[in-house]
This record gives sequence, C-alpha cells and structure tokens, in this order.
Amino acid sequence: MLRRRLNRLFGGDERRVDSRTIYVGHRPCPGSEAFIPPKFCDNRIVSSKYTVWNFLPKNLFEQFRRIANFYFLIIFLVQVIVDTPTSPVTSGLPLFFVITVTAIKQGYEDWLRHKADNEVNKYLVTLLENGQRTRKESEKIKVGDVVEVVEDETFPCDLILLRSSRDDDTCFVTTASLDGESNHKTHYTVPDTERDLELLNATIECEQPQPDLYKFVGRMHIYRDDQEPVVRSLGPENLLLKGATLKNTKKIYGVAVYTGMETKMALNYQGKSQKRSVVEKSINAFLLVYLCILVSKALVCTTLKYVWQSKPGQDEPWYNHKTQKEKDTYLYLKMFTDFLSFMVLFNFIIPVSMYVTVEMQKFLGSFFITWDKDFFDPEIQEGALVNTSDLNEELGQVEYVFTDKTGTLTQNNMEFIECCIDGFQYKYRDSRTELDGFCVTDGPVSKLQQKAGREKEELFLRALCLCHTVQVKEAGPGDGGADLVDGVDGGDGGVPHEAEQRGFIASSPDEVALVKGAMKYGFTFLGLECKQMKIQNRNNDIEVYELLHVLNFDPVRRRMSVIVRTNTGETLLFCKGADSSIFPRVKQDEVDRIRMHVERNATEGYRTLCVAYKQLSAEEYARVDAELQEARLALQDREERLMDVYNRVETGMSLIGATAVEDRLQEEAAETMEALQGAGMKVWVLTGDKMETAKSTCYACRLFQRGTELLELTVRTLEEGGRKREERMHELLLDYHKRAVQDAPPAKGGVTRRWSSPAQEYGFIIDGATLSLVLNATPEASASRYKSLFLQICQNCTAVLCCRMAPLQKAQIVKMVKNSKGNPITLSIGDGANDVSMILEAHVGIGIKGKEGRQAVRNSDYAIPKLKHLKKLLLAHGHLYYVRIAHLVQYFFYKNLCFILPQFLYQFFCGYSQQPLYDAAYLTMYNICFTSMPILAYSLLEQHISIEILLDDAKLYREIAKNAMLRWGPFLYWTLLGLFQGLLFFFGVHCLFRNPALQDNGQVFGNWSYGTIVFTVLVFTVTLKLALDTRHWTWINHFVIWGSLAFYVFFSFFWGGIIWPFLKHQRLYFVFANMLSSVSAWLVIILLIMLSLLPDILLAVLRRRNSPHARQKKPSQSNMGGIQSPRSSARPLLMRTFSDESNTVI
Amino acid sequence: MMKKKEETANRPDNTAFTQQRLPAWQPMLSAGIVIPGFVLIGMAFIGIGVALFITSRNIQVLERDYTGDESNSPCNTCTHSSPDCNCVLNFTLSKLFEGPVFFYYGLSNYYQNYRRYGVSRDDSQLSGDVAYFKNPDSNCAPYRVDSKSVPIVPCGSIANSMFNDTFRLYHIVNGKEMEVPFDGKGIAWWTDYNVKFRNPSLVNGTLKAAFDGTVKPINWPKPAYELDPTDSSNNGFLNQDFLVWMRAAALPDFRKLYRRITQGDYAAGLPAGNYSLKITYNYPVLSFGGRKKIVLSNVSWMGGKNQFLGIAYLVIGSLCIVMSMVMLIVYAKFKFPDDGS
Repeated sequence: MLRRRLNRLFGGDERRVDSRTIYVGHRPCPGSEAFIPPKFCDNRIVSSKYTVWNFLPKNLFEQFRRIANFYFLIIFLVQVIVDTPTSPVTSGLPLFFVITVTAIKQGYEDWLRHKADNEVNKYLVTLLENGQRTRKESEKIKVGDVVEVVEDETFPCDLILLRSSRDDDTCFVTTASLDGESNHKTHYTVPDTERDLELLNATIECEQPQPDLYKFVGRMHIYRDDQEPVVRSLGPENLLLKGATLKNTKKIYGVAVYTGMETKMALNYQGKSQKRSVVEKSINAFLLVYLCILVSKALVCTTLKYVWQSKPGQDEPWYNHKTQKEKDTYLYLKMFTDFLSFMVLFNFIIPVSMYVTVEMQKFLGSFFITWDKDFFDPEIQEGALVNTSDLNEELGQVEYVFTDKTGTLTQNNMEFIECCIDGFQYKYRDSRTELDGFCVTDGPVSKLQQKAGREKEELFLRALCLCHTVQVKEAGPGDGGADLVDGVDGGDGGVPHEAEQRGFIASSPDEVALVKGAMKYGFTFLGLECKQMKIQNRNNDIEVYELLHVLNFDPVRRRMSVIVRTNTGETLLFCKGADSSIFPRVKQDEVDRIRMHVERNATEGYRTLCVAYKQLSAEEYARVDAELQEARLALQDREERLMDVYNRVETGMSLIGATAVEDRLQEEAAETMEALQGAGMKVWVLTGDKMETAKSTCYACRLFQRGTELLELTVRTLEEGGRKREERMHELLLDYHKRAVQDAPPAKGGVTRRWSSPAQEYGFIIDGATLSLVLNATPEASASRYKSLFLQICQNCTAVLCCRMAPLQKAQIVKMVKNSKGNPITLSIGDGANDVSMILEAHVGIGIKGKEGRQAVRNSDYAIPKLKHLKKLLLAHGHLYYVRIAHLVQYFFYKNLCFILPQFLYQFFCGYSQQPLYDAAYLTMYNICFTSMPILAYSLLEQHISIEILLDDAKLYREIAKNAMLRWGPFLYWTLLGLFQGLLFFFGVHCLFRNPALQDNGQVFGNWSYGTIVFTVLVFTVTLKLALDTRHWTWINHFVIWGSLAFYVFFSFFWGGIIWPFLKHQRLYFVFANMLSSVSAWLVIILLIMLSLLPDILLAVLRRRNSPHARQKKPSQSNMGGIQSPRSSARPLLMRTFSDESNTVI
Repeated sequence: MMKKKEETANRPDNTAFTQQRLPAWQPMLSAGIVIPGFVLIGMAFIGIGVALFITSRNIQVLERDYTGDESNSPCNTCTHSSPDCNCVLNFTLSKLFEGPVFFYYGLSNYYQNYRRYGVSRDDSQLSGDVAYFKNPDSNCAPYRVDSKSVPIVPCGSIANSMFNDTFRLYHIVNGKEMEVPFDGKGIAWWTDYNVKFRNPSLVNGTLKAAFDGTVKPINWPKPAYELDPTDSSNNGFLNQDFLVWMRAAALPDFRKLYRRITQGDYAAGLPAGNYSLKITYNYPVLSFGGRKKIVLSNVSWMGGKNQFLGIAYLVIGSLCIVMSMVMLIVYAKFKFPDDGS
C-alpha cells in the first residue's frame, strides 16, 4: 500500500506509468516501437526479516526499541560503568535471558520463513521458451514468461490465462490459501488467442500491482501478421493469482504479469496494526508510579546520605578511609553516581520478568481458547481460532458489542419460503405431498385458490433459473471426497435423488436458495456450458439459452441482471434486486400489488428480492452490447463506466414478482444476546439489510423486548414532517434525547445505571442515510452537536439497530462509540467481507467462520464457528483471562515492592552506603526462580468462579467491568499491602537483631544472616499470599507453589554449602544453614509470615460474608429466567412482531 | 476413513487440562475453618510467647559502657592517651550469674555494614591462597598496599580496623583478685574456622615465612601470624577474634562475642561478689561518635536475651483469639446460611 503510494508520489513526473506493458513470451511485437525489455522485479518471495549476517544487530536493535528492554539495558550499563552495589550480573543475567529467549524465538520463526520462502522460490516450474519446455526454479520466472501449470499445482506468480486443457477455455481454481474460500472459481482464457502459443504475438497492458485480490484491469493486444491488432479486455476472471491452486483442469498456460513481491499475494502479506489492551495501559500507568517511587527512593537516599555525611566524623571514620580516587572525585559527580547507584540498587522494583511472564501468560493462555471443545463445530470441523493473544483479557471488558446481522445473528442458510407472482402469493409445501408443488395459501390479498397465469408463473421461474451466477458442481471423477464443496447440496436429508443432490456453488447463498426454490417448482438449472444455460422445465424438456451478458451484482446498485437469448431468438433481460432498487425502474402500475407482499414478508423477517424482466429489441441489444464491450475494455474508470451502462440498461422493466427467503436465526442467538445484555453489554446491530427485516430479527433475538420503546430515526420518519430533512432530524433528536436521557432517572454512571432502573427500556433505530446526515451535517458545529445527541441517546438504549449500513459506515459507528466519553471497550463480530472494516476498527474483532468466505476470519483477532460461542468466549474465557492477568499484574508489583522496600529501609541503617540487604544470587533469582512459577500457574489455571457459574450468571461479568481490578483502588490496596509487609519484614527482623546473639552457643549473626532471614520471610509470604488467593488448586498449583518453596530452601542450602570459586566474596557460606540452626530465627520467620498474612485472611473472610449470598441465589435466579425464556421464544415470531409494533413510537 | 481421521485431527483434545477441568481443590475460607483456626493459632502463639517470655526473662545480662567520654568514668583517661592504656571497670554481682557466661563487646554507631567497608576484603587471601598475597583484590583499597607498594595481608578496611581492646576479668575474693579464665575457642562460626578461612601452607614450618613479602595491616601492632602469642594455633587467619570481627555486623549497634567462661570454677557461672574488669583500651570510637560496651550474658535455647519475640508472640496470639471472638459474635448475629458446610 505504502509502496504504491510512494511510487505515485516519487515516480510521478519521471515515469508516470499507471500501467505496465508485458510482451508475451518476450517476443517483440510488430506494431510497437523498438523492443525495450522492461525491468520488473524477479519472482523471489522474501517474507523473512533477517539474514545470517544482519540477524544479530537487527534483532538486538528491534528488541531494544522496546522501552522496557531499553530501561534494563541502561541499568545494566550503569552497573558496568559506575561503582554500584550489585554486580552487573544481577540485572545482566535476566536481561540476557529475556533477550536470548526472544532472539531464539524470533530466529526460529525467521528460519521457518526462510524455509518456506525457499520451498516456494526453489520450486521447479515448467516454462515455455522458444518452443522448448524447460524446467526452472520458480524464483527465475520473469514477467512475460509463459508458464505451464498442471492440476493441483499452485501458481508460481500472477498469470494471465492463455490456454487451458479444458474444451470450454476455462479452468477451475481454488483460492483457499489466499482468502480461505475453498469453492472452485472459474477463470477464463483470453478470447481469440491462438491455440498455438508459439505463434501468439501479443502484448498485455495492465495496471501496476495493487493488493486487491478481486480487482484487475488490463488489455491485451494480439498481433497477427497481416491484420490490425485485436484488443481484448482482461479482468479478474482472466488472472490466476499466485498461491491459488489449479483444480479440475489438466494443465494451463499463462503469461506472468506480476512476479515476486509484486504479486497480489505478496502485497496482501502484511502485518495487521497492533491493538493494545486496557490492561497494558494500566501496566504502563502502574509502571510510571513505580518509576516515581524508584526515583524518589533514590533521591531520598542520596539527599539523606549527604546530610548524614555532613555530621562530623560520619563522612570518613578512621576505620573506613576512602581511596584517593574517591577523595578526588568532584562532589556533584559523586552525588550523581550515588544517585545512579541507588537506582541500580532499587531497580528490581520494576521487574524485567514481569514482561516475560505477561507475554507467556498471554501466549499460553490463548491455547485454552483453541483447545476448548465447546467451540468445536462438527459441521465445519473446526474450532476457535486465535489470531492474536494480546487481547485475551480484553474479552472480559467488553461494553459494546457490534454485530452484523446476516450470517452472524442469522445462519445465512437461506431457504426459499414463498414467492409472489403478479400479486398472487405462492407458498411452497413439500413437493412430495403435492405433485405440482404449487399451492395457494391464505394470503390476505390474494383471492383464495387463485393463481397468476401459467405464462407469468413460468416466466418468473425462468427468471429465477437464469438470473444468477450460480455454478453447478460437477461430480466428476477428478474430485473425490477430498474436495470441499461449499456444502449446499440440495438434499435436505431426503432420499438421495439425482436432481436434489446437485451441488450449487455461488458467492451468495441467496442465489442458491432461489435456484433451489425454482427447482422445487419444477424448473431445474442444469448448468452453464460454453455460454449456454440449460434449464429443465416442468415438462422435463431442456431449454437452452445463450448467455450474452452478466451485469454483476454490486452493493451500490443492489441488483444484478443477465441478458440471454432464447432459442427463438428473443433477447431478454432478467433483473433481480432489492425492492428499493427495482421499484423505481419498473412500470409503476405493477408495483403496488407486489409492494404489499414485499413489505409484509420483510416484517416477518424474510429477505425479499424483486424480479423484473425486459425484452430487448435487436437494435437495443446491439447498442447495449457495444457499450458494454467498450466499457469493459476501458483501462481507466472501468467500474464507473460499467455502472453507468448498467444503470442505463436496467430501466423500463416490468415487474414479475418477488421472492421471500428465510434466513433462520443462529442457534441460541437469542440466549446469547440475552446473556450479553445481562452481562451489561450494549448490543448494536449493524446491517446492510432492510429495516423491517432487521427489526424483526432484533425482536426474535430478544434484543428488543415487548416493553421496549422504539425510537426511530430513519428516512421514513424524516420524511413524515414534510419539512426539510435536517430540521426534522434535529427536532427528532431533541425529542428522543429528552425522552431517553433527560427523563431517565438520574444516572449513577457506568453500567450500573440501567440495572438500577428497570423503568423503561429504549431501542433506537437508525439507517445509513440518516446516519450520514447526522455525521456529515453541513456546519461542523451542528454535526458535532448531532453526534453527541445521537451518542447520548444510544448510550441510554438497551439495543441499537443500524440498518442499511455501508461497510465503512459500520466502522464509522464503531469508531464514534470507541472514542466517546469513557472510551468504552468495543467488540465487533461479523462473518463477511463487509464486516472487516468494523472488525479492524473495534478493540476486539471477532470473525465467524461462516459461509461468506474467510475475509472476516483473516482480519479478526479471534474467530469462532458460531455466534453462540461468543457467550462462553466473553463470559467465561474473557472473565477468567481478565481476572488472571489483573491479578498477575497487581501481584507482580506487590511482590517487588515488598522485596525492595526492606532494602530501601536498610539504607537508613548502613550509612546510606547502597549496601544490598540480600545477596546477589537472591536479588537475581527472586523474580526468575523463586516466585515466578506460582503466579504463572495461577494466571493460567485460576478459576475463582467455576466456568459453569460464570455461564449461568451473566451478571458476574459486570463485577469486573470497567477494568475493575486494575483501577487505582485495588492498586492502592496491593501497594499498601506491599508497604505493610515490607515494613513488617524489615522491622520485625530489626527488632530481633537488637541482640544478634541468636544461637544457643552465643555466637552472633552478621548482615547476611539478617538479609537471609528477611528474604526467607519474603519468599514464603508472597508465595503463601498467592496460595491464599488461589481458589482453584489443581495439582499443577500444588506442585508449583510447594515446589518453588522447596526449591528456595534447596537452593539456599546449595548456594551456601559450597565455596564457589567464581565468587569474590563467599558471603552466604553456610549462612542459611546457620540461620536454620537458630530457634529464634525460625520463630521470627513464622511470626512474620503469620502477621503479614493476617490482614489478607481477615479480608477474605469478610468478603466471604457477601459472596455466599450472591452465589447461592444466582443459580435459582437464572433458573427462573430459564423457565421464562422458552415461553417468550415460543411465541410465534409473527405475533410478536405485530404486537410489538404497537410500541413503536412512530 | 480419511474423513474420520481429519475429524479427530481437528477436534480439540478432550482432556481435563485442555478443557480447564482439571480436578481441583477449591478451598473456601469460611468462618467454620477460620474461627477454630484462629483459636488454635492464637493458643499456639500464646504458648510459644509465654515460653519465650519466661526464657528471655530468665536470661541474665550485665552491660557496662566503657567509652570513657564522661569525666567520671574509669576509662576517661584512656580516651586521649597513648595505646595500650589500661583502665579498670568494677562491678558487683548480687547473685549467681548462671553459666555458661558469654562475654561480648559492643560497639555503636559503627558501620560495619557500610558497603565500601564490607567489600574491602579479599576472601581468596583469607582462604590461604598465596597468589593473592602478592596481588590483593582491588576492593581492598586504600588498604591494599602500603606506601612502598608492599601488599598488605590481610588487606582491606575490615581487617585493618580489627577490634583490639583486650579484657581480663578478675573475681575479687577476700580482697584477692582471681582471674576468671576466658575461653577463646568456639566464638566464631564453625564453618568460618574450619572451611572458609585457611592459613597459607607453612613455609619451612613457620607461618611467618608464609607471610614473607607482605606487611601487616597499617593499624595492627602485630602481624597476623603473631596475633595470639599464647597459642600458636590461634594465629594467622584462624585467629578466633579475627574471624569474629570479619563477620560484619548487620546494624550499626552491634555486639560481638569475645570470650566464653566455661572453665574451672566458673563453668557453672559467676558467683555473687565483686569483680573487676581490666581493659586494655586501644580502640578509638569517639572520633566518629561511637560507644563501646561490654556485655556479660548467658544464653538459652533461643539465644541471647530478647524480649521482642516473646511479646510479639503474645500480642499476635491474643490478637488471633480476640479476632476469632469478634468473628464468632458477628457470625452468630448475622447467621450465614452455608457456613460450616
């Protein structure tokens, strides 16, 4: 992307080339000027970051760009340069460890990338060179080479398809590795190219490489010896993408147009932007506090040191003379180095290991999501997918859920329900019971037992059979069971029947539903071969139509058309599309009869499409054909020009009928939504669908309840007043604001508000057009005012429905809420390409592995197979992850505060000389070995509330809302606890050491014994504190907690038991063993551990006073809900929508 | 067949660990556990506390400051006179001072835990490695080499500032002074004496020769190999007083063991009566505001006298009992339904 922009910027004047010219087979063309072989990049893919030579410097540079690593590097350097109390090893070793582990991990990953690159680059491909087939390594392919690819091979670069072994000049391709869509796509050869590629003399002109997989514009000039060059248009259907695989086709020949890093696959290969979680922000804030503590400690000590030294006799007592060098040092420099020394002494308060532990927790913890078998969907044979582990805890903090409707709330599993032909309603009943499949139901409009004319019926069904881009899946011998067909075979569990088993492949499930619907009524689409569409009609005759043009569907036009020629020579245009885009283009007298049906179907939650047709006269067709050809050849603005032609063609049609397709709700959609709302989240439905359809889905999902008062802000309500839209909107906004915000009971703020006042619930509905009116109101000032009004209203509504949304508008809404007051955490969930923008925009993006390809999944942070899994993902996993990591962070700060505080206090008793209280080994190992494993195990395994209860009682989610465990309150508690314990450790042992004769043989203990006693108390206390907090003791917890205590004891014996030859000072020699031989030391250790844990035990007991209430009652509450909910869902959808309708304000 | 395999490959493992369903013990700190627990702990603490308190109270301690900065104190004259000044400190014991009696000297405002001071030693030297006799560790500066660049052994501030007052205790029986025998063995850590500190191997059968090419620490009157003229095995780095001094104290007010009284008539303790302590006053402390004292004490299983532990245990123990009472009352009043279950 950037590169392209740069190209545009810099290459602008010098060589303003928006297109590239390719000589097929490097043959100079007669028509063109002198043949200059153009320079393009080679076909080498480089995804690796490092080479053997630059790995070390580059990787180190990358690593030290992280602020934490840099900080520790500085500390390390200070230790090396300045005379400091602790040896550089104490901070160097952990840093070295962290850096090495990261470097090894990154190096390994890069090695894998190198391997993968090599596999691709060294792959042998067959080239056609001067009539010879030569084998070459893939990386040697140059633009213009003609490449041969055989079945099941992947394309080595982006190719223009020249020749296929299939008779119909097509080939099948699956792009599973590019966008995850495993269905077969048909690609076409360039028409009119010679069969013999040796003789082909052509140039290709195409746009510069761009990353969009679905866009390609080009033009091919074919030169023949004597004739004028022939020009053929090239589109994405001619382009075979690198990474895609050839299927069902023996072999193809293509000419390379984009190679190496310029292929679309490589251009799409880029890291996503990093999302940061709130927990990380909290960590940074806490770090800042601790940094302040660190600096102030060092400042206090430095100041006091010089104050103390100014007293006579203290600066340089006779027993402790300074060296000459020390005497000569400039005073201020001495002060500065003293300050640095203190910083080094206390730097352990910010532990390097916290980052490692947090990273490990996130990385390992995310496995529990992938491993969860509840997320496994037997239908697609897949479980959940975690694309980033950085956001695990964010799942526990979600306040706003933005969900797509189609495919997310609903199954996107379309079923043809009914149709309306010429105003008469046809409802399908099981074709096996009633032979002709048609039956007329009690439509309120259609007169009983009346049918539209047979001719109209058949026209309508033919339209359904012809107007689509569905392919018939061939069950050829080439593709056995291993091939994945986008599973829409017709058999709904019925008897295997040839016609019903027919698989249809289409980009949109609606189309398949319509084709299958037509099949039920006797018209079967047999397939498209050589531009001939075959239909089997009711009389089992085969009708053949020549497909002349497909006017593709696009979301702006919201319709698609085909132009076909019947065997009688008539040229027909069939068009189907959304009512709003069809009605203005048909004769008005037909509209009213059908509109009623369409609207009624929409309120029932069906997706409706209108079908129209038009007969084209020969002259008309000729003109259209010419225009279309011209537009298709255009290199610039092709899209716009095509659109223009389409719009001109699709006018003056006559309406035949309408269809209704049901999109059933996802399994447990309502329960999931209810749980999310119960958990205090606000659910917004963002859909491109019609308001009526979307509204009824909302009712069905229980997002809107019977008592919900609906506030509507749509084009419909805006037009009612008969005044200018903006004025009306202004008025409505104010009115709604008054109702929903001002008249609402005084808010206590935050999530609690809604739950304290069950008075009136509001739902808000807005559509895309109105939203853009709100957001883009003409004067800037009023726009921001509208926006804030709109936001305030929405924040007071239980559910918000935004319909008729363009993908970008979805992202706009998410962004608006994300940046509103309080910066709420947003989550977007969707399944289609149109949801990608909002998935990327929200704090957490969830993709559903649905039917609409893999775009959403690829761009999401987490992907789940079904909507219902969202409940467990948020309520159980999210909750647990949040609690775990919050506890991890707080605990880490706490344990390092009470680790370093005694060392700080000791300075007051050692003449501010930076004397460390603990031995260097203890300083180094404390965070790495003695106390790291228990908290890691806790942060992976803790379930303070069991998963079942979390799922049963959604309200528990609200207990951790708004970053509850990492706000300043809890932080203060932990800090105070750390302070208390640190003071206790130090002064407790201090009191004991007023008489250092602690052994029964009268011998005295020295300073290292002092430190070791404090350290022993410290290690035991912080570990037991964690044990107290652990609510879920698996064997791993037992092993790790008792194991690390045992390890501490073992290590201390070991460390003190040997004279270590590499140590200058044998400080700890037998100190630990001697300590244990003193009864007093034992007693003081027990006393201090007990005393420091006492407040925590008390608090736990006091807290427990409330929790049993809550936890006892909750299951019974949810039971009540459980009894109630089936009843409400049992109510027929229709009844509900109509009775609820009365609550609508307008 | 193939499809089945695929299915099992994709399906997450259904193990207790991956499904986060490991069997777990879920302890709840309910009142049913905590109240009896507190009572038990409280009782145990009070028990220990009483034992500690009584033990500590029974330990006899006699402390005498002999800094000599006050004009009426016996050592006043020594504060500004030449080394090896003698002064006498008299005291009376009204009852038997039970043995074994331990004789400590104490210093205050003396920063043995000063960082530069604490590292100013060469443990390799002290473990008898002759290589470091020639080239002492740089940390020993400014007591690494003398003005003529001859290495100092033992080098460093700690060794240089070794305490060098000496004491002799006399029991006055019928006006006659009877010297109380001091036992200078076993005052240092066993491991220090036997493992950590080693004399250099003898050269020509003498320790003196092993120290050839080195000088004594500047403040020492005698070299290391002549520290104890009475006992040849108590010389060099294995001199017990030296070992005691080399184990740096934790706090600026400290005491160090000087001698034990375990021999002869005094093994059972010091009988009541008058005693006089003859001090050879060498060690200057007034320059940095320090003080010196001697301490006579006997020890128990818990070491020297220290009231802190006993009192702390008693306080915490009673606190536990009180809290369990409070909790009991609170719980009895509000009746929590699921307690005890």
